[in-house]
Amino acid sequence: MPRRTDIKSILLIGSGPIVIGQACEFDYSGTQACKALREEGYRVILINSNPATIMTDPELADRTYVEPITAEVVEKVIERERPDALLPTMGGQTALNATMALVKRGTLEKYGVKLIGASAEAIHKAEDREAFKHAMQRIGLRVPTSGTAHTREEAIKILDQTGFPSIIRPSFTMGGTGGNIAYNREEFEKLIDWALAMSPVSQVLIEESLIGWKEYELEVMRDLKDNVVIICPIENLDPMGVHTGDSITVAPAMTLSDKEYQRMRDAAVRIMREIGVDTGGSNVQFGLNPQNGDMVIIEMNPRVSRSSALASKATGFPIAKIAAKLAVGYTLDEITNDITGVTKASFEPTIDYVVVKIPRFAFQKFRGADPTLTTQMKSVGEVMAIGRTFKEALQKAIRSLELNMNGFSSREGLDRGIPEGFDRPQGLERVRQHLRTPISERLWHVADGMRLGLSNDDLFALTMIDPWFLEQVRELIQFEALLVGQAGKKSSALEESFLWRAKELGFSDDRIAQLIGSTSASVRKQRTRAGQGKRGVTYKRVDTCAAEFEAHTPYLYSTYGSECEARPTDRKKVIILGGGPNRIGQGIEFDYCCVHAVMALREEGIESIMVNCNPETVSTDYDTSDRLYFEPLTEEDVLNIVEREQPLGVVLQFGGQTPLKLALPLSKAGVRILGTSPDAIDRAEDRERFRDLLNKLGLRQAESGMARSVDESLRIAAQISYPVMVRPSYVLGGRSMQIVYDESGLLEYMRSAVKASPKHPVLIDKYLSDAIEVDADAISDGTNVVVAGIMEHIEEAGVHSGDSACSLPPYSLDHSVVEEIRRQMKALALELGVIGLMNAQFAIKDKTIYVLEVNPRGSRTVPFVSKAIGVPLAKLAMKTMVGKTLPELGLVEAPAPAHLSVKESVFPFNKFPGVDVLLGPEMKSTGEVMGIDQDFGWAFAKSQAGAGAPLPKGGTAFISVKESDRPAALEVVQQLQRLGFAIEATSGTAAYLRDHGVQTETVNKVKEGRPHVVDHIKNGQIALVVNTVRTASAHADSLSIRREALNKGLAYYTTIRGARAAVMGIEAILKTELTIRSLQEYHGTGSAER
Amino acid sequence: MKKALLALADGTLFEGRALGYEGETVGEVVFNTAMTGYQEVLTDPSYKGQIITMTCPHIGNYGVTPEDIESRRIWAEGFIVKEASSLASNWRSKQQLQGYLLDAKIVGIEGLDTRALTRHLREHGSQQGLITHIEMDTRLAVEKAKAAPSIIGRDLATTVTCEQSYRWTEGSGEWIPALGDKPRVAATRRWHVVAYDFGVKQNILRQLVDVGCAVTVVPASTTAKQVQTLKPDGVFLSNGPGDPEGVPYAIAAVRELIGQYPLFGICLGHQILGLALGLKTYKLKFGHHGANHPVMNLRTRQVEITSQNHNFAVQVTQPISAIPDRPPVIETSFGKVAVTHLSLNDHSIEGLACVDRPVFSVQYHPEASPGPHDSAYLFTEFIQLMEKQHV
Repeated sequence: MPRRTDIKSILLIGSGPIVIGQACEFDYSGTQACKALREEGYRVILINSNPATIMTDPELADRTYVEPITAEVVEKVIERERPDALLPTMGGQTALNATMALVKRGTLEKYGVKLIGASAEAIHKAEDREAFKHAMQRIGLRVPTSGTAHTREEAIKILDQTGFPSIIRPSFTMGGTGGNIAYNREEFEKLIDWALAMSPVSQVLIEESLIGWKEYELEVMRDLKDNVVIICPIENLDPMGVHTGDSITVAPAMTLSDKEYQRMRDAAVRIMREIGVDTGGSNVQFGLNPQNGDMVIIEMNPRVSRSSALASKATGFPIAKIAAKLAVGYTLDEITNDITGVTKASFEPTIDYVVVKIPRFAFQKFRGADPTLTTQMKSVGEVMAIGRTFKEALQKAIRSLELNMNGFSSREGLDRGIPEGFDRPQGLERVRQHLRTPISERLWHVADGMRLGLSNDDLFALTMIDPWFLEQVRELIQFEALLVGQAGKKSSALEESFLWRAKELGFSDDRIAQLIGSTSASVRKQRTRAGQGKRGVTYKRVDTCAAEFEAHTPYLYSTYGSECEARPTDRKKVIILGGGPNRIGQGIEFDYCCVHAVMALREEGIESIMVNCNPETVSTDYDTSDRLYFEPLTEEDVLNIVEREQPLGVVLQFGGQTPLKLALPLSKAGVRILGTSPDAIDRAEDRERFRDLLNKLGLRQAESGMARSVDESLRIAAQISYPVMVRPSYVLGGRSMQIVYDESGLLEYMRSAVKASPKHPVLIDKYLSDAIEVDADAISDGTNVVVAGIMEHIEEAGVHSGDSACSLPPYSLDHSVVEEIRRQMKALALELGVIGLMNAQFAIKDKTIYVLEVNPRGSRTVPFVSKAIGVPLAKLAMKTMVGKTLPELGLVEAPAPAHLSVKESVFPFNKFPGVDVLLGPEMKSTGEVMGIDQDFGWAFAKSQAGAGAPLPKGGTAFISVKESDRPAALEVVQQLQRLGFAIEATSGTAAYLRDHGVQTETVNKVKEGRPHVVDHIKNGQIALVVNTVRTASAHADSLSIRREALNKGLAYYTTIRGARAAVMGIEAILKTELTIRSLQEYHGTGSAER
Repeated sequence: MKKALLALADGTLFEGRALGYEGETVGEVVFNTAMTGYQEVLTDPSYKGQIITMTCPHIGNYGVTPEDIESRRIWAEGFIVKEASSLASNWRSKQQLQGYLLDAKIVGIEGLDTRALTRHLREHGSQQGLITHIEMDTRLAVEKAKAAPSIIGRDLATTVTCEQSYRWTEGSGEWIPALGDKPRVAATRRWHVVAYDFGVKQNILRQLVDVGCAVTVVPASTTAKQVQTLKPDGVFLSNGPGDPEGVPYAIAAVRELIGQYPLFGICLGHQILGLALGLKTYKLKFGHHGANHPVMNLRTRQVEITSQNHNFAVQVTQPISAIPDRPPVIETSFGKVAVTHLSLNDHSIEGLACVDRPVFSVQYHPEASPGPHDSAYLFTEFIQLMEKQHV
């Protein structure tokens, strides 16, 4: 069937900010969809509130709305753009939910917008737990015994049939938010309340437990002619009970015979037909009883998902792109498989390698978070690795994680055998303890269990991990013992065949060196010598067809085989190192920059070579760069590629910390680093050198010192005076950073958080309280510097810059201050010899500017600034690195837009019950949204709505602030009152407010008896919360207020500056109408009507 | 670990580790891209004369079970894998792959770069090869590979067929294909089907039973007259190894049977039917061996993902270069014959049907095992043909 001609324009809804369960995989899918639909000549209208996405680049759609994804705003877009159709399946749960809301409002009917890809009925049938259960029963498939509840009482009744442990699954949430496993009645009652609160429709499924069953996932595509193909069977290494997003997963399925696999395939096909997903990709999850093969259907997603991204990268089959084409009427047999160029999309990929995905967690960022893995997703990112065997892929995935583990590093210190004096029984007990409940490092504990003599049966009983996987790990651990047996010998004495065997098994040079007591450099040397150009690392192509057809796309992975398919070209080429797994502090923004670097190289006629290991990304699409190496970002793996490709140079400044860590080792190995020199990077990162740099330029820095002992820390703190900011010197990204207000606080920190030592000193900085923080991004070609964006933080200095909301241009700073920052930026960039991007953070206190830090690389804010000012900074930066000057690129001065752009951060607190939502110097956000408007108030209001906590238009505001904030709070409260809000406050604040003429209701603090403020929040009597605290004990007292505000989705502010901005936002939404504009309109660019 | 060597007739060598029975073996080296079903593949009689390379790197993971055999023994001449699993994990597993190969005296090799081998076979075609655990002189090994018999012109059906006719009564049981929307028609009566065993896979027989057939399996050399004495409602022509031109006796028998009984052929059966209808067959460069081959049913325009295992294909006078709008029709001495199915990969013929006679065949394997169940409907169509004929 040819493409549909009855539709001309299509609206696409993105997935909004990056949160746990919904990460950059939807940028990958949305980007593919935009490209595919425009390729077919459709006018594409896009809405997504997340500026750090490739899909929101103005070139990718005809109209791009960076606006909050709410039914109200999407309706406005529809009213304005009048699209013929809406494709709801590319933007994750967010897009599905928004679509269903539009259906309910009658918007689609009113404007005659057709749903393509999946109908409302299909979405309902798949997403509504009860409807899905009935659908499965209709086609004779088993689902776990379950019941649906809307109240705690209903839920308890269901328990009679389902028993314990009990699986709790809220409806219409993503990443299993609010889901859990309850082992007893008490736990159940607690968890059910949470689950009901998390479901937007207050619906919860109570399900029989299938903990320990094997879990599988099938990715399915269907077209309008009812052709169905399975893209990939994926097997979870972690059995049922762990959310699939938190499981280690493997493709293809490893332990299914053909009979069982086909039964699953049959079921998947029938489910597609029964649910009625007309076109596109879906995934179906299965549980399988390892004792007898009983099969149950867990769930299905009628849309592309995180696992479709994984399956796409794992097979080379671009699910989202094909799904978009199917949505507009093509059939699978009409679409060519890009990789082979001769076969069609209507086939099932077969793979001749193994893919392993390992999730990455961030529990250390959330004090008090429960690290047990359950049915609710908790990981913030993932890595994928490809190897010719499971063992090789697994070891590559481990080193891709960047957790300082070069392999199965022992958690018990048993890497090189069991040390003398090791208490074996105690060690075993510890290991058993770790294995009983699933946690993120379980597989490493499995390895330790093996080292301590546990059998596969023992380990299976503890973990229910399939013995096949256990045996694979055992083979690695056994080989490690052989390597340890070589210790003491020179690495040059390693027998050649033994070395190759180790490499085939995926051992890194580093791990081999550690086990034989050598250095990775000497293992590398030995490897090169032994290979003599004949043996060594080889690259294979991912081709969808196990080599049955020739692959035309250089999508490569390394292995130790006998034939290399890399076939490097002799063109001018550049390697770009990607950002690795998403984690807090390093997310989609860096992938955005890498993709732009690729585009820039293409425009310059230079071949781009991408190296990355994050399957969720656009950068790892095989058609993004000219050549893609899906590889770990370690020194060894990158050097191997450099040796094979011989590029002009390597680009490090776009991938965040990951590639930056490689600057020194790579340049030591003689690799040319493009752009800013590694020495300049060091000058900005090394404390002493950085101080010299600022002194030379006459710039100010907050007073600071370095303590190597507790006594020294007290001395320094006293000298520079409290409050001070403290952090260990060896971590980045704000980990373990804290503000301490007095000596006892400092002592507490020094005792509990860090161990100061001569090798690992603790850094102490003067904390500039109530200072305004500013982020700035600049681009330089070495001679010319353009300061592209200066952003004023909404929250005061002390809140991590990645967590703070910010405004571009500044909304309260004096012009002279802004100009001075601009001057300092230029001076810094020139002095450092920056070629490419530079970011710096400043604190402004009493009009004095302090430089906080300088990062001579692409920063988190680059995509935001690019979208705010309409200049593709990363792209231009890449071009400066290959010799272009800024004037040549037409950038002499940054445009000063008439509109305001506000960035707001988005936090994963709703995934971690009990964790405090207060912001501090340690970064906690997973993503960001952008609000754009003509005035600050509206831009801020939009950013809040985009982040999921829309500003209220009236009601009661609850105020409880620390003493020092009271005068400032008064101003905020007076304005709220003027805007019609009633005011409620705890006794101290209330008294102060009343003294100053504000009519205020007093409400009990939680410890003061009921009804208290949390009761009020729970009852829906509060619309806005302003709560600032200082001391740790006050934190604990008010924690439940903030948690409850979060649960209720209320707008809450924990800083006065934030509250002030909220007031401006409320004023705007009360006084003026919502207006929306596309990026193309803001920047006067974009394509004309087609 | 004991070393092993794979030598190809063109002189290409691969070193690996010994797998299975210690010794040496020759055969035509082919590759199979299915990710599951190694036991079905090993026991498929169509692999007689061939050494199989599995492109899926891990083989043996779920062990072997007597439930999954496709014939009474392993017929493949040798087995090449990247890694044979040292542990079998599945509730149905009765034995490890290694032991199974050892018992069946199958010589294998593992640990070589099977992707490099596959690419070589793709570029240079399937060819004779030698797996040896003994002969490590590479020159001699290549000589032995060269000396191995080719399958061109060879009658291998005789080697694998049953000695005597027998009744088959077992159905698929719990493994019955369940695509749901294409329900199997309940047969109005028990149709008696005579199934020619050119190397028949048991799953074909099971599926015939599933749709309501009483099956009599007969040896490859059975004449048309002998078939007549069995008074069948329909005749089935099975898959099998070797060159279709190597079995003139079968072609002759089928020529006689066309028009007399509803006929259904699969794989070699399809090729034999093609030759009987006066069409030609040719050898493919490296064959089709896998479980992911897209085939278009030209009558419904639907795509079926099929299981395939063949080295030869039927040719029509004009090569088909694109997917035609309707089934192309060829004139034969038996009237019009329609090309009903076409490979979307290389446009080779995947199905034929006589326009005026109750005769049809497919090149691929609707019985799957291993592979998808998309084409199970063909067994129902066979029943429908017999029903129509009966009325």
